[in-house]
Amino acid sequence: MRKSSVRLAAALAAVALVVTGCSSSTKTSSTAADKQLEIFTWWASGGEKAGLDAMTSVFTTANPNTKFINASVAGGAGVNAKAVLASRLEANNPPDSFQAHAGMELDGYVKSGKLEDLTSLYASEGWDKVFPADLLKTLTVGGKIYSVPVNIHRANVLWWNPATATKAGITTAPTTLDEFFADLAKFKAIGIPGIALAGKGDWAIAQLMDYLLLATMGADKYEGLFKGTTSWTGPEVAAALVNFQKALSFGNKDAGNLDWPDAGKLITSGKAGFFIMGDWASAQWQSDGLKLGTDYTWAAAPGTTNIYQWLSDSFTLPIGAKDRNAALAWLKVCGSKAGQDAFNPKKGSISVRTDSDLTLYDSYLQAAAAQWKTDRLVGSTVHGVNGNNALMAAFDAAAGKYLSGGAKDNAGLAKDLAAAYVAGQA
Amino acid sequence: MTKVKVKGRGGVTSRWGGFFFVLPSIIAVGIFVYGMIAWTLNISLTNKNSSAVHNPKYVGFVNYTSLLHDARFTHALGNLAKFTVVFIFGTLISGFIMALLLEKGIAGEGLFRSIYLYPMAISFIAMGTVWNWLMNSTHDKGAGGLNLILLKLHLGFLQNDWYISQKGSMYAMALPAIWQMSGYVLALFLAGFRAIPDDMREAARVDGASEAKIYRYVLFPQLSPTFLTVLIILGHISMKVFDLIIGISGKSYVTDVLAVYMWQVTFDFTNYAKGAAIAMVILFMVAIVVIPYLRYVNKSEEYR
Repeated sequence: MRKSSVRLAAALAAVALVVTGCSSSTKTSSTAADKQLEIFTWWASGGEKAGLDAMTSVFTTANPNTKFINASVAGGAGVNAKAVLASRLEANNPPDSFQAHAGMELDGYVKSGKLEDLTSLYASEGWDKVFPADLLKTLTVGGKIYSVPVNIHRANVLWWNPATATKAGITTAPTTLDEFFADLAKFKAIGIPGIALAGKGDWAIAQLMDYLLLATMGADKYEGLFKGTTSWTGPEVAAALVNFQKALSFGNKDAGNLDWPDAGKLITSGKAGFFIMGDWASAQWQSDGLKLGTDYTWAAAPGTTNIYQWLSDSFTLPIGAKDRNAALAWLKVCGSKAGQDAFNPKKGSISVRTDSDLTLYDSYLQAAAAQWKTDRLVGSTVHGVNGNNALMAAFDAAAGKYLSGGAKDNAGLAKDLAAAYVAGQA
Repeated sequence: MTKVKVKGRGGVTSRWGGFFFVLPSIIAVGIFVYGMIAWTLNISLTNKNSSAVHNPKYVGFVNYTSLLHDARFTHALGNLAKFTVVFIFGTLISGFIMALLLEKGIAGEGLFRSIYLYPMAISFIAMGTVWNWLMNSTHDKGAGGLNLILLKLHLGFLQNDWYISQKGSMYAMALPAIWQMSGYVLALFLAGFRAIPDDMREAARVDGASEAKIYRYVLFPQLSPTFLTVLIILGHISMKVFDLIIGISGKSYVTDVLAVYMWQVTFDFTNYAKGAAIAMVILFMVAIVVIPYLRYVNKSEEYR
């Protein structure tokens, strides 16, 4: 009996120590710089993780007294992360900063009043001068900007294996859709699918459709689709969908089984001709040990040579962030030249800033950065620039439905896309 | 579901003592099961259709009625129906046949039983990844997985698109589920067979019944409670299927089922009210299957 009461007293004392320890730490954290920073990201492996670590070390060097906590959740394209994040925001228990695609994907959070306006940060850090004007226009919602983009990926890139192209008798990259389809036929003639398709989870097929909409109707009409000035059931979309159908007819038959890295392997191993995929494919292949220029090469996707269909990952400042000062310091690193040039070469994307140090990047990224300054900038639908989550999900599903139905029902697809647009307006 | 009768003289074994013993679990179940169901029902009756809605209002059954006009929902429901039918019949039949073969008491029965039960030990996600490779839809040149096996067996004409064809997707999806669950069904039926006293068979033999007739008129009728149990277990697994689908095809439209659609609506579209409504529909469907069974089990237990 006595022994146990002694034990109890010891335990109580220990608890008391912990409690007082905690309370004293909360007291100090309210002064000056915050003790910690909790960010929420789905960069958990590979080049993404390496890039994040590099940017983090820029942050911790500048803020040595702030503990950096990465509440990351591993999982495909942030599927799980988004769910966990949504519930935390709903419960008004936000992380200090979280990752989201720049553009309309943030729409729901903005409308629900979960995010702080960061416009003043853009002025004080001079980002309004070094970020391209087209981009700033897209980021601005009702005169305010709610996120800080850290990188730019390009979605409309054509990839192929030089050895396979030589075998098929293709010497120059196609620049128009007509040349593109002619080349697809050449690949078919040597007995391989002209284009590698990835249909698992629908989004990569939707991305191909998204690109063909852009390539067929041009940037202005394409942007009109998301402003309500171009009809989804009109002749422009119909023509684009005919091209989509034609491209699919040259694809691998097991498209529905493959995720994009599997489809990418088809072209690097010479089992398929072209691959339309975002430039993260390059980072993936380099981490697989392949060489840019010899094992695979690239060009701007045909019909969109002077259009940069971009997507961007960005960080935000939720209202009610516990360590607001630390979060602001983090966002400053995210937008800074040092931060972006630490992150992007590893992630395989380019810096948002027009003044980045290009010597740090590989030849593809250097060329991409040059085009980023001169090209017409258009957002990617599948990656959350042009429409909110509801539009994106319905857009992907429409493409998946079309593919699984044998790519026959063009009128039905146009109708589904129109419905997707309407769903996104709610 | 065995009932333990607590009898005793005072102390913790008294009536109140028993109550206090189960109180923690009553509270936990009350909050985390029934409380959550009530909460979900509550959300499903509001207009919280996006995260932008701050002060949701009650709108009655609008979320439910709008599901009927949602082509994606009816598509997912149809998919689920196809999957359920093929999965339940496939698993029942294959499990039952295997039980029938083992029931005769062949050598190494324990080994076979473990082999057939092992698929149960694999998580749906891991299994989904492997079955995604197996059900590769490439035909002839470049074929892999099941199609390659069929080719090597000179059964090339049986090659299939598996789950990526709109018509056959859910039938193909049922394959891995059948593969996994039939061992479990085997175990249940085997236990059912073993529970039948040997003297019944012997009595039938003495009466001159043939072996086939013994099965038909003596053994099978006694298996009907097992049969019902199996049906219920498979039925509710099927209606809640989620991880298998995600593991094999991700969130592809072609293999959409209610649970996957619920997830998408809730977390991707942040349409909480509609997601909650779909969750309630799934719960209702499972309840239709399970509640009559629980009543039946409770009654037969009381009999004993």
